[in-house]
Amino acid sequence: MSKMHITTSINGDTTEFLAEADQTLLSALRDNLRLTGTKEGCGSGDCGACSVRVDGRVVCSCLMLAPEAQDRAIETIEGMADGDNLHPVQRRFLEEAALQCGFCTPGFLIAARDLLDRNPNPTETEIRFWLAGNLCRCTGYDKIVRAVQKAAEDVRG
Amino acid sequence: MNERVKTPEGRPYYKEIGTRPIRPDGVEKVTGSARFGDDFTLPGTLVGKILRSPHPHARLISVDTSNAKKIAGVKAIVTGSDFPDQPFAYTGPAVLERNMWHVTRNVIAREKVLYEGHAVAAVAAVDEKTASAALQAIAVEYEILPHVTTLDEALAPDAVLLFEDMITRGVEPAPEKPTNIARRANYEKGQIDTAWSSADLIVERSYETKPVHQGYIEPHACLAHYHPDGQADLYTSSQGHFQMRALTATLTGMRLTDIRAIPAEIGGGFGGKTVVYLEPLAMMLSKMSGFPVRMKMTRSEVFKASGPAAGTKARIKLGAKKNGTLVAAEVEMYYEAGAFPGSPFVNGVLCCVAPYTIPNVRLTGWDVVANRPKVAAYRAPGSPQSNFAFESTVDIVCKKLGLDPIAFRKMNAVQVGAELLGGRQLNHEGYLQLLEATERHPQYATELGPNQGRGFAAGYWPNAGGESGATVYVNADGTVNIATGSPDIGGSRASMAQMTAETLGISYDRVRSAVNDTTSVPFTHVTGGSRVTFATGKAVVAACETVIADLRARAAKIWDVDVDAVDWREGAAHPSSSNVGDFDPLTLGDLAARATETGGPIGSSGALNATGHAPGFSAALCDVEVDPETGHVKIIRFTVAQDAGVAIHPSYVEGQMQGAVVQGIGWALSEEYIYGPDGRLQNHGFLDYRMPVASDLPMIDPIVVEVPNPDHPFGVKGVAEAGMVTAMASVANAVADAVDRRMTSLPISPPKLAKEIAAGKAAM
Ligand code: FES
Ligand code: FES
Repeated sequence: MSKMHITTSINGDTTEFLAEADQTLLSALRDNLRLTGTKEGCGSGDCGACSVRVDGRVVCSCLMLAPEAQDRAIETIEGMADGDNLHPVQRRFLEEAALQCGFCTPGFLIAARDLLDRNPNPTETEIRFWLAGNLCRCTGYDKIVRAVQKAAEDVRG
Repeated sequence: MNERVKTPEGRPYYKEIGTRPIRPDGVEKVTGSARFGDDFTLPGTLVGKILRSPHPHARLISVDTSNAKKIAGVKAIVTGSDFPDQPFAYTGPAVLERNMWHVTRNVIAREKVLYEGHAVAAVAAVDEKTASAALQAIAVEYEILPHVTTLDEALAPDAVLLFEDMITRGVEPAPEKPTNIARRANYEKGQIDTAWSSADLIVERSYETKPVHQGYIEPHACLAHYHPDGQADLYTSSQGHFQMRALTATLTGMRLTDIRAIPAEIGGGFGGKTVVYLEPLAMMLSKMSGFPVRMKMTRSEVFKASGPAAGTKARIKLGAKKNGTLVAAEVEMYYEAGAFPGSPFVNGVLCCVAPYTIPNVRLTGWDVVANRPKVAAYRAPGSPQSNFAFESTVDIVCKKLGLDPIAFRKMNAVQVGAELLGGRQLNHEGYLQLLEATERHPQYATELGPNQGRGFAAGYWPNAGGESGATVYVNADGTVNIATGSPDIGGSRASMAQMTAETLGISYDRVRSAVNDTTSVPFTHVTGGSRVTFATGKAVVAACETVIADLRARAAKIWDVDVDAVDWREGAAHPSSSNVGDFDPLTLGDLAARATETGGPIGSSGALNATGHAPGFSAALCDVEVDPETGHVKIIRFTVAQDAGVAIHPSYVEGQMQGAVVQGIGWALSEEYIYGPDGRLQNHGFLDYRMPVASDLPMIDPIVVEVPNPDHPFGVKGVAEAGMVTAMASVANAVADAVDRRMTSLPISPPKLAKEIAAGKAAM
């Protein structure tokens, strides 16, 4: 079967690529576009490592087909920092040692930023439930939750 | 050594040690540019895929790859017979034996498949789809055999045998009949059989735990590139690229020097990435095809064919005096090794009694094979299972005697200088201090509400030292590069940079810390056994000290004085006294700038076999609330205490403790491998294999005790594993406290506990 020509926006840039009809967005990002910051932990929507934002909503890119990216606005971890200016959640993750291996980190950052965009003053419980779709096996979540709390303070200013 | 200012408490004053700088690899990891195992590619890279057995146990009659080879785009196919066979020999220490005859058969099956998911063949093709089509076209003829997937089945007298000639080792005289029991280990002291009569209270209970997976979020992945001249590059996400190099070389018949193993960032390992699965297959496929080959496991493959930790059955018998003095302990444990011998049963039985002074002890461990994936190390391998059983029994003794659980541990605590079973000795202080710190923690005095309970457990893990290497180079601008061979799974680049900065007397931001490939740093053993900050740290400091000696010699040359007349402190050479002459200090930067005229490049390697590591003790305090209707257990408070010796980067020490505890909570409450009667794994995804998520948990409070290790330049003790040892027992003890039910089988899942509660009040 011939490939499909997809035009989409990735981190604000118009991007074109050829996708198989049954290829996932995750695979297109990683394999076609070499945007490997988005990770695959399960391929089944259970770990959140592949989280990206599509038209302002967090989705598991392993559960979305690449052709569905047509005319959408995709945001990946590679677009989160503004040059060498890290987003507050990125900076706080570093300062609070909220990553150990760092494999889950891009997914957590995508989810955490989305939470703070919607609710800059979340409770600990709200943070924990918002991030419940992201698995981290290293940290026990303690420092991740604290980093998001600190980032929320920054976002509130 | 550097001169150090002592604080009033007698602790040296450090500038960099004990601070919390941002890790050198941090920005890469929050911006997505860090490269993990599956993030590498090279021109012409092929996709490698594995054909796995659908059967838990079968004889491999034939593997016909001829049709698959005809598919356009299929570049190479390997089966077991493409790899050189290995001698049948157990090597290594008793606690960590290895047999390459087994290792090669686990990587790819030969005579038999021994578990569902066992690799049978591997292909390399131009893309994913072609590789999948090739797998489908491989014709395998199996002679299906009966299977055993539980300890009880494997131990049954008429059980089918995984190895028809396996005679249990460690039993005298050797049994005549083969069984599924690979080995027995037995340790004794005192007069156990007569000791029971001196006990006022004897408690005997049986326990079981289920196999659980390490659960690293990054599936195994690698990229191998074999060049026509016989040299190869191997990009691997592992806990030790030197280990991957060695195993890959042995299994493919290559020489060590011909493989350059390049460490990818590693997305978690916890012991499960000390073993080799994909690398030899990818290497052989690359050799046969002439192209680089990239392989990765799916999550389902990770569950079915890597890890897990052993399931166990235990019987614990304890005898104590009325006042709480332990007089006798008997431990018998069966560890399920999976398809090949080699569960961590020896450390398992040894660790559970180590925190105690008990005059009469008998430990018996059994290593049992079954039709499941071969177990791999998992954070303090073997110890959490035995600790759960032993500390649950200790809890019963405390409750029956009306004794405070921490006071009981203190009363019976192992003393410094004690000979431990298994030939170990306790040479380091710290255990009592962490018991006392836990006792003082506010959680211990917090009042409990209805349906709430508190559990305590203490535990031990030996930790490790071993071989490590590091290189240190001083650059012309006065910055410093260090490199080690220890993959960084949790911030160790930062601690290496801190130790470098502290030793040289310069600031952290002048040190760049890296993990380098096997051609550019001395041999380094795996990131495991909580050994990196201790052992690799020692290598880093040793390399820095050689550099300091060199810098002093260069200053002496410039000043034209004797090298003994030059001191090194605060990052500069100083005359050791005013008699030497009136010289301005020469800083590291000054000397670096003059390197060319004083002897050339400044740098050194440290390579050593680190001894003097201290064991890891831990204490866990867990508060739970049980919903008596559903049996759901909620962790409401958790405190864990460990002795770090000296915490180089306290945040990453805390992180190890917190992460370990949460893995233990998962093991205690929700994680287990579930096999159907067909011998197939039913929950091979994260949806049904339930690991803790953020909303399941409270904050985890770490108590970092610091009793410096005199056998490390900065006092480091290992911290990465001990925290998990006690987590399961503390949860089970808390549940028992809350609902007066002793859950002797993990996980304490809601239906199991609800059933117990509904069954009526049980005695402890
Ligand atoms: S890879 Fe998409 S949720 Fe795990
Ligand atoms: S930091 Fe390793 S999985 Fe989260």
